[in-house]
Amino acid sequence: MSDLQSLYQTIILEHSKSRHGAVELTPLAEAVSLGAANGLSVAESHQINTTCGDEITLRVSLGRDTRAADSPDAPDAAVTDLVWAGEGCSISQASASILTDSLHGLSTTEARALLDNFREMLRSRGKIEPDEEILGDAAAFGGVSRYPARVKCAMLPWVAFEAALIEAESH
Amino acid sequence: MTSFAPSSAATPSSTTAPGAQHPGLVPLTNIDVERIRNDFPVLHQTVNGHPLTYLDSGATSQNPISVLEAEQEYYEQRNAAVHRGAHTLAVEATEVFEAAREKVAAFVGAQTDEIVWTSNATEAINLLAYSFSNASLGLGGPGSRRFSLGAGDEIVVTEMEHHANLIPWQQLALRTGATLRFIPVRDDGTLDLLAASDVVGQHTRILAFTHGSNVTGTINPVAELVALARHVGALVVLDACQTVPHLPVDVTELDVDFAVFSGHKMLGPTGIGALYGKAELLADMPPFLTGGSMITTVDMHTAEFLAPPQRFEAGTQRISQAIALAAAVDYLRETGMDRVADWEAQLGQRLVAGITEINGVRLLGPQLGVDRLGLAAVEVAGVHAHDVGQFLDDAGIAVRVGHHCAQPLHRRLGVTASTRASTYLYNTTDEVDLFLATLAEVAPFFGVNR
Repeated sequence: MSDLQSLYQTIILEHSKSRHGAVELTPLAEAVSLGAANGLSVAESHQINTTCGDEITLRVSLGRDTRAADSPDAPDAAVTDLVWAGEGCSISQASASILTDSLHGLSTTEARALLDNFREMLRSRGKIEPDEEILGDAAAFGGVSRYPARVKCAMLPWVAFEAALIEAESH
Repeated sequence: MTSFAPSSAATPSSTTAPGAQHPGLVPLTNIDVERIRNDFPVLHQTVNGHPLTYLDSGATSQNPISVLEAEQEYYEQRNAAVHRGAHTLAVEATEVFEAAREKVAAFVGAQTDEIVWTSNATEAINLLAYSFSNASLGLGGPGSRRFSLGAGDEIVVTEMEHHANLIPWQQLALRTGATLRFIPVRDDGTLDLLAASDVVGQHTRILAFTHGSNVTGTINPVAELVALARHVGALVVLDACQTVPHLPVDVTELDVDFAVFSGHKMLGPTGIGALYGKAELLADMPPFLTGGSMITTVDMHTAEFLAPPQRFEAGTQRISQAIALAAAVDYLRETGMDRVADWEAQLGQRLVAGITEINGVRLLGPQLGVDRLGLAAVEVAGVHAHDVGQFLDDAGIAVRVGHHCAQPLHRRLGVTASTRASTYLYNTTDEVDLFLATLAEVAPFFGVNR
């Protein structure tokens, strides 16, 4: 595989076109009150990559983690919905699409663990091999970590997720 | 590899035909350019397994050995603070520093004292905006009133400006209560001159516009715009960043009041640029940066300022950079700006001709046969500019991607980002052809079928 092919793996190019989770966002206030009526905490974050002008608005809905219903411990909240709107390069669009698939339904603790693993791998300049067990499809961004100029592109949706998550938890 | 050198590029229209504008001109050829390339060490390297193809001179140009040596020689033999100290080195440093000013001034058709050193063109425009701002606060002598702005006054820019020639004026308007207006851009990337004659009116105090667009390569009609400004008594500020390095430019002949340009875009080092201002205007302007080296007498509450250009050069100056920039000017003069302009016009038309032949690639700005700078920005349908740039980089081709510090212009042209190839006197036609052939491979690689 050439360097360029390792950067633009088929799965990345496919996701950059299918863009899972990409929607035309309804007004935030509407989404927040609709969510509140259904016991969900909704928040979003808008992020811009100043290098290229790419941007994303990612909206998170947090609800009860139904998988933890029987657990005696207080269950974490879970990511019950993820939608986004944005424009950008194939790396950032694929990253948002894969993020949507990867984090949907996870507890906030699980989502944060995945995010941390993803970030650490991306910032390693190719030194950390992506762990497919943990990252799933997001492991395809292993090639990106060898292109420091593109790490920001891949991180953009994840940074938006992190900020939206904090915001949603504070509600 | 497909060749993208149609006959129309080899023999472009009369407006850009080699030597057409300059009888007696001995045009540059690829053989000359190969010789020129030998003077630029950075060009001789391998990037991602391919020989470097540097097509990003619109962002920053490369330096010939003579420029690098001028800077080194200064530090090895003359380094001292200028305009202070009586020791031999200080005197010599001052002499070479001022000789550099004289050389750069002559290069653009200015008097020596009409050139103020700045760090770059951005700082030069900010110098103007803050000086006018200070004049608006009542600073400066009685002559400074002509620079004073307030509610009801208008500053006019164009929709194609680099952010450096937009934001300082936005901020000046905010500080003074003046209104910022703009001359719109047409679909073909040229200014709407009909609209310009409406926008520039009796309230216009400043008309600031670029000589040549860093995105579309459009060369603006300076004379017509200056005439509009003169008619209403407005000051003219010319952003000449993309033209002083590439075309013969004479600021006196253009009859602009101010002009700015940057050293690193004209074979010089970073950290040096210049503001040109008509002598009588500079003389009436209050300073922007203040401190050492720009005063005559100082007491605890007041200070008297030196005449221009020193009035605008507070603090220790960019001495080695000024000297190296003068060496860059020598290099350009020896090559001949007419020849540089002629060569780049050919490269620009060759780019346009090739781009026009690639399906799914949209050229921004003037079409084939229309005068433009030796650069071209494109949109590849279905592929983001950043990805285009990455693909080209993999082939060793350096281009600029993004909005090129011109977001409003991109918005106007209906794109968020573009990919720009910009040439200089050291680029060959083979390099342009390689860029075009690689550009044609982008859409297939990303699975975009057109």
